[in-house]
Amino acid sequence: MEQSIFQYDFIIKGLLGALFASITAGLAGTYIVSRRMVFLSGGITHASFGGIGIGYFAGINPVIGAAVFGILSALGVEYLSVRQKIREDSAIGILWAFGMATGIIFIYLTPGYSPNLMSYLFGSILTVSNTDIAALGIMSIILIVYFVVFYRTILYISFDEAYARTYSSYVDIFKYITTSLMALTIVLNIRMAGVILVLSLLTIPPNIAMIFTRVYFKIVIWSVLAGFTGTVTGYAISYFAGIPVGATIIFTLVIIWIIAKGIKQLLIYYP
Amino acid sequence: MNSLSASYGGRLVLENVNFYVQENDFIGVIGPNGGGKTTLLKIILGLLKPVSGKIIFNNDLLNSKSIGYLPQISTGDLNYPVTVKDILLSGLMIRKGVISRMSAEDKRNAAAVIDKLGLRDLAGSQLSELSGGQLQKVFLGRALIGNPRLLLLDEPGNFVDSSFENDFYEKLKELNSRMAILMVSHDVGTISQHIKSFACVNRSLHYHPSYEITNDDLLAYGCPIQLITHGEVPHTVLKIHN
Repeated sequence: MEQSIFQYDFIIKGLLGALFASITAGLAGTYIVSRRMVFLSGGITHASFGGIGIGYFAGINPVIGAAVFGILSALGVEYLSVRQKIREDSAIGILWAFGMATGIIFIYLTPGYSPNLMSYLFGSILTVSNTDIAALGIMSIILIVYFVVFYRTILYISFDEAYARTYSSYVDIFKYITTSLMALTIVLNIRMAGVILVLSLLTIPPNIAMIFTRVYFKIVIWSVLAGFTGTVTGYAISYFAGIPVGATIIFTLVIIWIIAKGIKQLLIYYP
Repeated sequence: MNSLSASYGGRLVLENVNFYVQENDFIGVIGPNGGGKTTLLKIILGLLKPVSGKIIFNNDLLNSKSIGYLPQISTGDLNYPVTVKDILLSGLMIRKGVISRMSAEDKRNAAAVIDKLGLRDLAGSQLSELSGGQLQKVFLGRALIGNPRLLLLDEPGNFVDSSFENDFYEKLKELNSRMAILMVSHDVGTISQHIKSFACVNRSLHYHPSYEITNDDLLAYGCPIQLITHGEVPHTVLKIHN
């Protein structure tokens, strides 16, 4: 009896986590992929590991440390690229390594063994707390509201920033807000997929969607569906096969991507 | 534009410019590269703040929201997932706030502009599927959809293909009955015949109100240009700046 309740709880948590991860990753991922910010997102992800390390060391929630690091590094890169004082890809490269180095040093300096470290690198549903799920749920709502309300503004700034500046003085503010939300989304999904794999959770679903549609909001919807399918399937396989969940999810998503590519090819040859 | 000066990259590029655009004027802005033509457009669009002087809009006729703009080169990402129709609608953003819904009327407007430009079959297309001339039409449509009173064109000759060029200039002539046009071009040779007046920009601005040909005058604004002509071909000679 006790065990079945535990299992039920585990499944609910897994499904909710998958749902919220898919929604946030679908919205953020479509923005990141279409604005060609994949490398920047990789930089944000790895920079946030520095925050995780400091969080451990200082005894505060590592996710908070990661969020602060992630947002600051995202804003920093956007700011530097606007100023054009430094090449954006170089800035990202420096930040990427600096974050990882900081994280490793502080975790090393933390007395005692850090049992959850691996879960931050590779993700684990077992260590995902109810608070983490709730945070992802709130993030889903924030992102949905944000994108629905400002849909065209976000779309047009991403498409042609220079032209958007001719009619709006809010271009930079929107860029900073959106990028911060992207950073926060990445950080909250680290608990699911891990530092190393979270980027693919954001980038593979939009790429699956873009095989079939090139309309922005449709890409978002298909990304969420593809992400949810991949995540739930990945959970199930990971649970029954006893392999790490983050890796299984990404593996499943890539398989879906390959199948989608195949279907598309078939549709081209046999319409 | 009142005794306006502007600098770009720390360098003074426009100095003491006095200039105004009349209703339904068609001004050709000419001048050497780096002479300040693009800076002039940026000032009008409000992208650049003047160092001194200011721009005054006659609010009944024109304000900052009734300007249409066709940039020199599109800075947009042609692989971005937006359709031709979406791009046209983005021309309405100048009137709208950041929280923007497109009304049914906006969409009808977009459809009308798409029809006028002969882009109906392409309304749902991605930009990456279009030819250079078609792209130019889309961006012209974006500039026109808000019914501007002033249309700014930055070097439109640069990416108009020759088959579309005549069409394009005819289109401008028609538009000119409804709006003033300010067209930047460094290529004096191929500037449209429909131009009514010239502004020569090379740090200073000299405005030539209409076609003016006097015997001894030659186009001369500090850059080495000579005019070779056998007559017959329509040509315009402007008087020497004081």
